[in-house]
Amino acid sequence: MLSLLIFLPVAGAAVVLLLPGRFARRSGAVALAFSLAELAAALALFARFEQDETALQFVERRAWIDVPSFDVQYLVGVDGLSATLILLTGLLFVVAALVSWKVTLRPRAYFAWLLALETAVVGVFAAQDLILFFLFWELELVPMFFLISIWGTGRKEYAAMKFLLFTLSGSALMLVGFLVLGFAAGTFDMVALAGIEIAGAALPLQAVFLLILAAFAVKLPVVPLHTWLPDAHTEAPTAVSVILAGVLLKMGGYGLIRILLGILPEQFADFDVYLAALAALSVIYGAVLTMRQSDLKRLVAYSSVSHMGYVLLGVSAGAALDGAGRVALTGAALQMFTHGTITALLFVMVGLVYERTHTREIGDLRGLAHVMPIAATVFTIAGFAALGLPTMSGFVAELLVFLGSFDPFPAATIVAVTGILLAAGYILWTLQRVLFGPPSPAWSALSDTTEWWEQVSMAALIAAIIAVGIYPATVVDVLENGVERTLGL
Amino acid sequence: MLDDLDRIGPVLVLAAVAALIIVWGFLPAVRPLPAARGRALVLFALLGPAGAALWALSLLARDVAGFAFADSVVLDDFSLFFYFLFAAVAAAVILASESYARRFGEYEPEYYALLLFATASMLLLATSRDLILIFVALELTSISQYILAALRKDDRSTEAGVKYLLLGAVASAVILYGMTFLFGLTGTTRLVAPAGEPSIASVIAERGDAMGEGLILAVVFLIGGLGFKMAVVPFQMWAPDVYEGAPAPVAAFLSVASKAAAFAVVMRIFFEGLPDATVRGDWSDVFAVVAALSMTFGNLLALVQTDIKRLLGYSSIAQAGYFMVGLAAVGGAGGLGLGASGVLFFIAAYAFTNLAAFIVVIAVADRGGSSAIDAYAGLARRAPLLAAALALALVSLTGLPPTAGFVAKLYIFDAAVDSDLVWLVVVAVLNSVVSAFYYLRVAGIMFLREPASDERIATAAGLKLALAVAAAGVLAAGLLPSPLLDAARDAAAVFGDSPGNAASR
Repeated sequence: MLSLLIFLPVAGAAVVLLLPGRFARRSGAVALAFSLAELAAALALFARFEQDETALQFVERRAWIDVPSFDVQYLVGVDGLSATLILLTGLLFVVAALVSWKVTLRPRAYFAWLLALETAVVGVFAAQDLILFFLFWELELVPMFFLISIWGTGRKEYAAMKFLLFTLSGSALMLVGFLVLGFAAGTFDMVALAGIEIAGAALPLQAVFLLILAAFAVKLPVVPLHTWLPDAHTEAPTAVSVILAGVLLKMGGYGLIRILLGILPEQFADFDVYLAALAALSVIYGAVLTMRQSDLKRLVAYSSVSHMGYVLLGVSAGAALDGAGRVALTGAALQMFTHGTITALLFVMVGLVYERTHTREIGDLRGLAHVMPIAATVFTIAGFAALGLPTMSGFVAELLVFLGSFDPFPAATIVAVTGILLAAGYILWTLQRVLFGPPSPAWSALSDTTEWWEQVSMAALIAAIIAVGIYPATVVDVLENGVERTLGL
Repeated sequence: MLDDLDRIGPVLVLAAVAALIIVWGFLPAVRPLPAARGRALVLFALLGPAGAALWALSLLARDVAGFAFADSVVLDDFSLFFYFLFAAVAAAVILASESYARRFGEYEPEYYALLLFATASMLLLATSRDLILIFVALELTSISQYILAALRKDDRSTEAGVKYLLLGAVASAVILYGMTFLFGLTGTTRLVAPAGEPSIASVIAERGDAMGEGLILAVVFLIGGLGFKMAVVPFQMWAPDVYEGAPAPVAAFLSVASKAAAFAVVMRIFFEGLPDATVRGDWSDVFAVVAALSMTFGNLLALVQTDIKRLLGYSSIAQAGYFMVGLAAVGGAGGLGLGASGVLFFIAAYAFTNLAAFIVVIAVADRGGSSAIDAYAGLARRAPLLAAALALALVSLTGLPPTAGFVAKLYIFDAAVDSDLVWLVVVAVLNSVVSAFYYLRVAGIMFLREPASDERIATAAGLKLALAVAAAGVLAAGLLPSPLLDAARDAAAVFGDSPGNAASR
């Protein structure tokens, strides 16, 4: 079941690549079919997931690289956290396939890379062996490099290389950490590692913690390691921005929870204050930079930096409180899910506006609500969700994070809460400048959203945002299963 | 005697085919004998590696491992590993040479003959356990390669050949000097001998403590001279010049087979002859430092290259640095075996990968294309399969999954952590990040830039076959590495400490 989920997309990639030349224009449809099948499978996994079961579910274990000193297993399994993030991945790749409908430049290669990327991401969320995790983590780089550098815009090669080098630097250090950890413990099995006391490592465990943290801090990203993100986002095609903000950043948060908090909780607790401070810094610095952006895509990108700060804050609180950090950690996990859907919707809308106006400069845009009322409405919904309006999913997540982290880190939490105000400021201000005001004559001939693929992707994301906002339990109950497993409750 | 010959049978097959090719080159083309050129020559030359591989298979099946020629040769899993490796590399280079070799004109038969002679002596090198035989085989390899490098006979190629010859001769002298120290100290040239007879290993084990600085000098000279053959910093300066000037298939052969042979002989000498605790720590420390220097300098200098052959030259220096991590990783629970199996797997993975990269370079050079990196702009449009194969090779050289290079690095880093060389692993992984920049920049140029002309690049069938096999090897060793890992571990088991010992950690 789980292996099917992991390898279905890459099988789709092979099918797309093998399409005869005259069907190349149909590769989007094939990719959509495969991503829909993947979403269906992810939903089935989510539905069949047993919330009360404390062990990993859908476990598959095979010997893979079988060397006595170096036993790497193909070991996959999910808990509530993985299952939820896999569901998010399935949803967002369908959206990505939809918004790529009009890709005409070498479509077969484009959709093949996109599907290969999905395999890597699902693999990261399902892997339960450190080396397998690392393999999927690195596997994600090559598709992203080509997706940005071939199908991007502007300084795309620069952006792709910067993304690659930042991520690779982090993951290189992570590999050292994994190897030291694996050697000290005699296994790379993440479940076993979480259950034993690790001693006799070649490096102090604090150093191992920092090595591994490097990868996740780059990925999340945490200020000051965030500078690759705005470049990558700005130059990436819309679908890749959706995936990047929607799920790839979550790999960082997932790693923080699954590996650092799961395997090295004491070392996490040693650093929790600093990480909470960095989290607050990320929230505020990200928000301030967001305010200053004049490019719509950069603006959304910086807002992601700010929003991922809440994830780090929640996880740090989870580490600080040991067993009692459940609320904060659930909030952080939920924030990953909700930010995935909300930011994806924002990027879809930015892409839609850009496709019609060919500009992302906020100064050039004005009064779009007059010519594209439906799009403007959806944009507004996405904006409200992003600023954490109640009844939308972002509100619940941020509330849980603040409730949980106030006790251990009152100062950081108070600082981070002001991020909410800043978010309200930059989002309302942006909506006002782009959508409202007197209509500009330059945009009078624009069409509203007319394409079915745009409407379907918007509807799907809005449904997910509001459903979780009104009745969070659907997702939260499953997430709590993962949170409790991580905290050993 | 026949048993002895049987054990080096693959060497004899290669040498015999090479000799026949030279004779054939002198004969007039009278029916039914075709002229010694083109496809007929390629097919005949392939008999060498094919016959060698078949003979090696039969040796494996008959299980006839053991000493030969008064203990100077040993047939073991290590020898067999390299028999197969060198035969495969030679076959790939021969297959890929068909159209390129035409430009050697009347020297076309000699090209194949020299290639086979070099291969034969590499096989001999991997199987030798005696300093004298090692030196002879090393010289035979080198001399064949000096001529190969100069074979195009234009200015660049001649310069490459002469430079290689002069520096190579100095290196050989240094190696020989180191060997005389060993002989003087121990009174024997045999690295290992049957129980009860003196050998370098046994004498050092007995009274190595009393040998003092002499032993250190021997180690220093051997590392210096062999460092040249392995092309590691600080003995690397010839490599980029020679790779750039030499004909493309020769550069491919040098960067893969010659390097592998040098590592084979280093493992024989140091792991079999000098494994004793009195010197092991000394040479493994030197190897660790050389590894760090090679990776760092190779990668930094590769960053600024504008010629693909020079880039691959510097990249091969850096890759040799990664191999060396395995040579240095001999102090842990896995012992010599773990580090050695890492080196062997890495060499095989690198052979597939670098061959794939160089075969693409040969294909582009075939069409009169230059080896400037700019000439690869838009290769994806002109030759999609070549571009895809080169991209795969570059991803593997970077060490990203799902390729052979990923598993190789993982495995060798693992061995280093086992030996508490965490600092070296940190240097190595940071180097991987640097290398990603120049490897993937080339990949980007192939896929992003507009080609100078839209002319398709046609490739010969033999070259396509060689490329397909190399690319398949890169993927297979990345996805299902176990068979190759098992082979590497079996081969490394001759060094005693099996990786299985690590279970005791």
